[in-house]
Amino acid sequence: MAEFVYPKLIGARLRSQLSYRASFAIDFVTQVIAQGYEMVVILVLFTQIDALGGFTKNEVLLMYAFAGAAFGVADLFAGQLDNLPTYIRTGSFDVLLMRPLRTLPQIMCSDIRLRRIGRITGALAVMFYALAHVPVDWSPAKVLLTVLTPVAGAVIYSAVWVVACSICFWIVEGREFANAVTYGSNAFTSYPINVYSRPLRWLMAFVVPGAFVAYYPSLALLGRQDPLGLPGWVGWTSPLVAALAAGVAALVWRFAVRHYRGTGS
Amino acid sequence: MIEVRELRREFKVATSKGLRRNYKTVTAVDGVTFDVAAGEAVGYVGPNGAGKSTTIKMLTGILVPTSGHLTVNGVDPSKQRRDLARRIGVVFGQRSQLWWDLPLKDSFDLLRSIYRVSAQDHRARLDECVELLGLQETLQIPVRQLSLGQRMRGEITAALLHAPELLVLDEPTIGLDLESKERLREFLADLNTRRGTTLLLTTHDLDDIERLCPRLMVIDHGRVLADGPLDELRAEVTPERELVIDLREPGPAPDVPGVTAVRSEAGGLRHHLTFRRAETTAAQLITQVVRQVEVHDLAVVEPEIDDVIRKLYQRQLDQDAHR
Repeated sequence: MAEFVYPKLIGARLRSQLSYRASFAIDFVTQVIAQGYEMVVILVLFTQIDALGGFTKNEVLLMYAFAGAAFGVADLFAGQLDNLPTYIRTGSFDVLLMRPLRTLPQIMCSDIRLRRIGRITGALAVMFYALAHVPVDWSPAKVLLTVLTPVAGAVIYSAVWVVACSICFWIVEGREFANAVTYGSNAFTSYPINVYSRPLRWLMAFVVPGAFVAYYPSLALLGRQDPLGLPGWVGWTSPLVAALAAGVAALVWRFAVRHYRGTGS
Repeated sequence: MIEVRELRREFKVATSKGLRRNYKTVTAVDGVTFDVAAGEAVGYVGPNGAGKSTTIKMLTGILVPTSGHLTVNGVDPSKQRRDLARRIGVVFGQRSQLWWDLPLKDSFDLLRSIYRVSAQDHRARLDECVELLGLQETLQIPVRQLSLGQRMRGEITAALLHAPELLVLDEPTIGLDLESKERLREFLADLNTRRGTTLLLTTHDLDDIERLCPRLMVIDHGRVLADGPLDELRAEVTPERELVIDLREPGPAPDVPGVTAVRSEAGGLRHHLTFRRAETTAAQLITQVVRQVEVHDLAVVEPEIDDVIRKLYQRQLDQDAHR
């Protein structure tokens, strides 16, 4: 019966949000616009240049769309972690600890930011547009890759979110830092990473595995060589990287909660 | 049910002086030892910052002790937090475990899934609580629209739906009006005596203790100052009792050996006499008094529980001073 708990918690949250229908509708529209606004930046950029880091407009849009969809899904589940300082300050975190469930899934299901569906919708629309306008040599494997990429990306972003927000257990107002990492990495991964300087690239590819959200899978999909020299199969490893990131995030969270309860320090 | 030995909990508190940050260790719970047997009802009292909540948080597995030994229901709370959570109920008076925007009933349904209670048991327990606590009218109302009294009754129901053997309540009556308080106390007393649920409650309201808890533990500065039946503690710290007599005719206070007349009121109609409970019983005293004067009415006054606790603090301070 336990496996049915979390869907129920999510369902409860959805019902609460729908009790504020108007604000949901407004948020939804705002999110679609916000997502579109970022796209306009790319389009304006391409009125001045023909290629960015060797990628055409539609190729960049594809990366941007992958990143946007992944981030939207991650935000749906992990975005609640932004409220962690409030949970800690008001003692609501103690209520989570009082229940016979793990704390991280409880927080993730405590609030579903439905309005983020606006962002996801926007990103998916751009994704389909870009996919129709870039040269892809389609195969069943590549279809699978297209489907898995936003999912793996969402897991990677969520892991980053969990790790970044864990800092709030030490510095209660660590939210600004956490947001810089989470929203920052979204902005970062929306572009081909070879446009960035080497240290930043290295950080994004291997420390915060943001390059695996959109950049490497897009290369594999487009059948392009990595301008940075990594072999072609790297683009297929995002699900693996995602699993690894999730594992690391779970460990960090566990360590952080231990610190909160008094054994980790 | 609960076994606590030399329990300690320290916190590191940051004290900033200019740009420098220093850490100071504060001991919130300092070597607490006690046992609670199944079926007891224990009041855990002390001033703010005495260590009550920290103790509760360690008992429920939220905080890990710095040192000492602790088992609840035969389980180490910090190591088996989730196992323990299934077997105890916790109510924090100042924070809610209900879903704010949903009807009260939805919270109960969710808790049923969380605690894996069968539909049948859930139904029976919920019906019982709803009836005893008078929640019929509130089940369909979103929690955010409930009054504090209604919400507290909801919180207590929420904590009981998985039929815990131990119910821990942190300030359950805080902020409630007299009627709500009384209703809650009645329910809890019944739960303890009839169903045998062990109760541990912290409170500032000493009427809660008087009404609910045959046993009282007083804590201050992280240490247990006193532990025992309320009556015994009273006898120990306030050995004198008071007899108030109203005479038919104004007159002098009756003269009984071993009894002090503290004051008289209403022009000699009412007299306050104190006597030591170790030396004489109220019955003996009354027999002697009515032999001397014509009594209209009389009452034996027990010292207020606040006085008892104040004296316990004072005694501890004196002991510390002597050391």
